[in-house]
Parts: sequence; structure tokens; C-alpha cells
Amino acid sequence: MLLSNLPALQVVIPLVSAPVCLLLRNPRHAWACALLTSWLVLAMAVMLVQSVYAGGTISYAIGAWATPWGIGYRVDMAGALMILIIATIGAVVMPYAWHSIQHELHKKHTGLFYTCYLLCLTGLLGIVVTGDAFNLFVFLEISSLSSYVLISLGSKRRALTAAYQYLVMGTIGATFILIGVGLLYMITGTLNMLDLSQRLPEVADTRTIRVAFAFVTVGVSIKLALFPLHLWLPNAYTFAPSVVSAFIAATATKVGVYVLLRFFFTVFGIRFSFAAMHVGEILMLLAVTAILIASLVAVFQDNIKRMLAYSSVAQIGYIILGISLASSDGVTAGMLHLFNHALIKCALFLAMGCIFLRLGSVELKDMHGLARQMPWTMAAFVAGGLSLIGIPLTAGFISKWYLVSAALKDGYWPLAVLILVSSLLALIYIWRVVEAAYFNMPGATMHRVKEAPASMLIPTWLLIGANLYVGVNASLIIDIAHQGADILIGQVLR
Amino acid sequence: MPELLGHYNYWIVIILMMTGFYTVIARPNLIKKIIGLFIFQTSVFILFISMAKVEGGTAPIIEEGISVYSNPLPHVLILTAIVVSLATTALGLALVVRIRDAYGTINEDDIHVQDEED
Repeated sequence: MLLSNLPALQVVIPLVSAPVCLLLRNPRHAWACALLTSWLVLAMAVMLVQSVYAGGTISYAIGAWATPWGIGYRVDMAGALMILIIATIGAVVMPYAWHSIQHELHKKHTGLFYTCYLLCLTGLLGIVVTGDAFNLFVFLEISSLSSYVLISLGSKRRALTAAYQYLVMGTIGATFILIGVGLLYMITGTLNMLDLSQRLPEVADTRTIRVAFAFVTVGVSIKLALFPLHLWLPNAYTFAPSVVSAFIAATATKVGVYVLLRFFFTVFGIRFSFAAMHVGEILMLLAVTAILIASLVAVFQDNIKRMLAYSSVAQIGYIILGISLASSDGVTAGMLHLFNHALIKCALFLAMGCIFLRLGSVELKDMHGLARQMPWTMAAFVAGGLSLIGIPLTAGFISKWYLVSAALKDGYWPLAVLILVSSLLALIYIWRVVEAAYFNMPGATMHRVKEAPASMLIPTWLLIGANLYVGVNASLIIDIAHQGADILIGQVLR
Repeated sequence: MPELLGHYNYWIVIILMMTGFYTVIARPNLIKKIIGLFIFQTSVFILFISMAKVEGGTAPIIEEGISVYSNPLPHVLILTAIVVSLATTALGLALVVRIRDAYGTINEDDIHVQDEED
């Protein structure tokens, strides 16, 4: 009973908990409610992944209305991987949130913060489980609207303008997706993704479908911050509260990539997307530019959160690069990096949150000699940084290795060189922080800085531990990513 | 020519969409940007409603002697989309209020100048 309703419960439980948090008001109670919910979501996600791993794709009809009349939920291996990412990050971030949010937010806002966090979680999970193109738009807007609010809660006033900018760009993106979905419905008369995929090949050679494809691609590209549509991202990540930066950097853009995968492979089909519309070449070009330019820009940032944000743009480039190859290995590499980058970037942003709590700043010039005062936090940052660069025995190495071998398999050897070059750039920007924190003389007030509380260090180190574990023993996650990629590409139908 | 005019509602959609989009891009006033965004979204609503119309069709209520009905589904979808766009507009305006409190202006150029000074 419980098990068969998991896909729906996954979305409904955080949705119902959100207003409960609002009513509780008391920060401690609201936090407890959000914590409990996020752990429950993680438990359900693990059960869901297990049953998909054992028994194949799960279909679920909402309210027992058969598809295509009702909204169908559908979880396959690719979706299961995404649910695992979102639920893990959500559950790890919540215990961390207590101290961090208490420090960064006004007391009367904290209850609202947890409400918005749960709504964002609902939206993100909903996007992944739904099998209906319009329902996807609705969940996308739920997650986006709540993330605008979350970002605007940042302590500096620039958080407001960052949230505003994201709101404008995000709404344009979502409306583009809506136009695309509308045009698809116009021709096919269905919104169910599986129905769409069956009916589209007959009508694929019409201008309406090509326009729909273009609108959806551009709309989703704004959401996932594909270069050059990433302009909202650096400010949003820099000025959001630490917890929000960590949560959104690890989940929101990743879910955007998932939506892109769904539309390219499941709805439009690989033949239309990559052979007829040549989206592979376009994506590859944009991904290469993203990797080079964003890594280069990151080297020159003095605000470390902004540096990590630009690094995120580059890392999204890696993920898109894998997808643009449109081969089983390429998409596997993309999905692997999706998972690994979520672990890496969340850990790094959490480390920044610890620093911001004690130091009140994430500027490079304020961090001189910090490693002596906050050894655990800085060690976490270094470990996460090594994974970001892609040193062997870390998660980052695994996905970059897969990416390089997928590129070489298709004969794109310049891409392998590019990945190496941008890893060196990552080395430079991580090194700048290491140099400041470990090798520079501390300032006059530095001796007053204390190590971050355990409730913040433990979640950070959990993610670092996951990074190292995946770096050593990645067979399970590779298997899941591989199966997911094969389902998307259509080599395995089950 | 009649073919062009026959699709007049789609022309309206395009004109509204471009008006809204231009306002979002070109206007420095944050409230006008939100208005532009709203017009932009509204054009999509008209696009959906237009596609639902079946020539000679009536409202989808079973009645004797009527066999052609317009498609009600796009209307339902758009009801949801209107709610979403309303929420977006409300949130956008709320942010503008907070921005005015913090910066004392709602002009984007002035805000940039103040951000540079920070």
C-alpha cells in the first residue's frame, strides 16, 4: 500500500508539511518539522530507488485516473538518480540549516524560510516524477517561485536585486517552456510524455514542432543556466543565504538538466533532437565556451561564493558536453557528473557557510590564515576542491574520466584536452583559497574566529565522505547512471 | 491576404508577446518590467485559448443536436497558468517594494550605480 503510492507521497508529503511549518511559526518547531520531512523524503527516495533498481520503471496514475486522461507519474532509472540527489542534498542540508539560518535571517522570517524550502523541495521532486508535460511546467514554477523567495532572504540588499533578476529571467524561461508545450499539444492533442513520444515522429517534419523544440530548448537552458543564459546565476548564488546557495546549486540547475534530457530523449526522441535539429553541435559549442570562459572568470573572483558560482556554470558545461555527445557513454558521463557535482558543490558551499558564520565574510582578503582557526572547515573545502579539480580517488575524477573516455570514443580528442585545461583552471582558483587560508599571515582579529559548530561540520563532512566514497567505489552509481542513460537513449525499453 | 487576416488572434499574440518582451528588456523601471512580463505571459494565454477554438463548436456541454464542441482542456491549463503568473507578478512586486526600501529607488540604472559603490 505505502510502497505502491511512493511516487505520489514523495511529492505530497513535503507539500503538506510546508503549510504546517508556516502555522508553527516558532523557529525551532518549524525547523524540526522541515528536518523530519526531509529525512522522510530521503527514506522514501531510497525505497523508491531500490524498487526501480529491482523492478524497473514505476508508473503511477494520480487519483487512479488512467493516463492520458489523468496525470501519470513515471519514475525510471534516470528519474530515480535525480530523486536520490535531491532527497540526499535536502536531508543533509537541513540539520546544517539551524545554526546558519538563525545567524543569517531575522527571527520572524525563519518559519517562512522552512516553508519555502519545503515548497522548493516539492517542486523539484515533482518535476522529476511527473510524466506530464504541463504538470512539469507547474512544478517548475513551484520550485522557481519558492527559490526566488529563498534567494531574496539573503542578508545583503543585493540579494533582493539578484532574486528580482532571477525572477524575470526564470519567468521568461518558464513561459518559453509553456509556449513549447502548447505548440506540442496543438499538433498532437496530448500532454502525456509517452503519448507525445509516440505521436511526434509522424508530425516531426512540421514547422510547429520545430518551433516548439526551439522554445523548450531555450526555456530550459535559461533554467539550467547554460552559457550564455547563465546571467542570473552568479548573483543568485553569491547573495543567497549559505544554506540556500548550497541547496539550489546542488539541485535546481541539475533538475533543469534532467528536464532537458526528458524533452530531448523521451519526448522528441534522439533522432529528431540530434539528427534533424542538430542540437548536439549547438550544445557542444555552448558547453565548450561555458567550460573555458566560466572557469577563466572564476579565477579572477575575490568573493569565493561568486567564484564557486562561476565554477558551477563551467561544471554545467561538463554535464551538457556529455549529453551533447548523444551516445550511451556520453549521457552516462553527463549523469554521473550531475550526481558528483551535486555532492561537490553542495559540500563547498556548506564550507563557505561555515566560514560566513564565523567570519561574516566570504571575501578572499578576509580569509588570510583562516586554516589555523577553522581547520576542519578548511580541510573540507580542500577535499571538496580536490574533487572539483578531479584528482584521482575523488568523485570528480570518476565523472571526468568517463567524460574524457566518452569524448575519445567518438573521436573528439580536442575535448579531452579542453577538460584537462579547465581542470588546471580549477586548480588555480581552488589554490588561491588554499594559499590565502594556509600560507598567508592571519590578520589582527583572526584569533577571535572559532571553528564552526558540529551541527554544521558534520553535514559538510558527510558530503565530503560521500565524495571520497564515490571516488573509491563508484560501481553502484555508475550502474544507475548507465541504466538511466540507456533508458533515455532508448537502447533498453523496460 | 485573407489567410493572413484569418489568423488575426495569432498576430495579436505575437504583438503582445513582443511588446511585453521589449518592455522587460528595455525599461529600467522595475515595475514596468513586471508589467511587461505580465503582458508577455498573457500573450501565451491567448495562444492557448485560440488553439482550443473549433470552428462552429460550442461549449462542451452535452446537448441534443450539437455534435461539434470546442476543446475545454487548454482553458483549464490556462487557469493554472494564470494562477502561476499572478503569483509571479505578486512576488515580483513584493520584491520591488523591498528593493525600494533598501535602495530608495526602483530605477535599474540607479541601483547598478549604488551596487558599484558598495
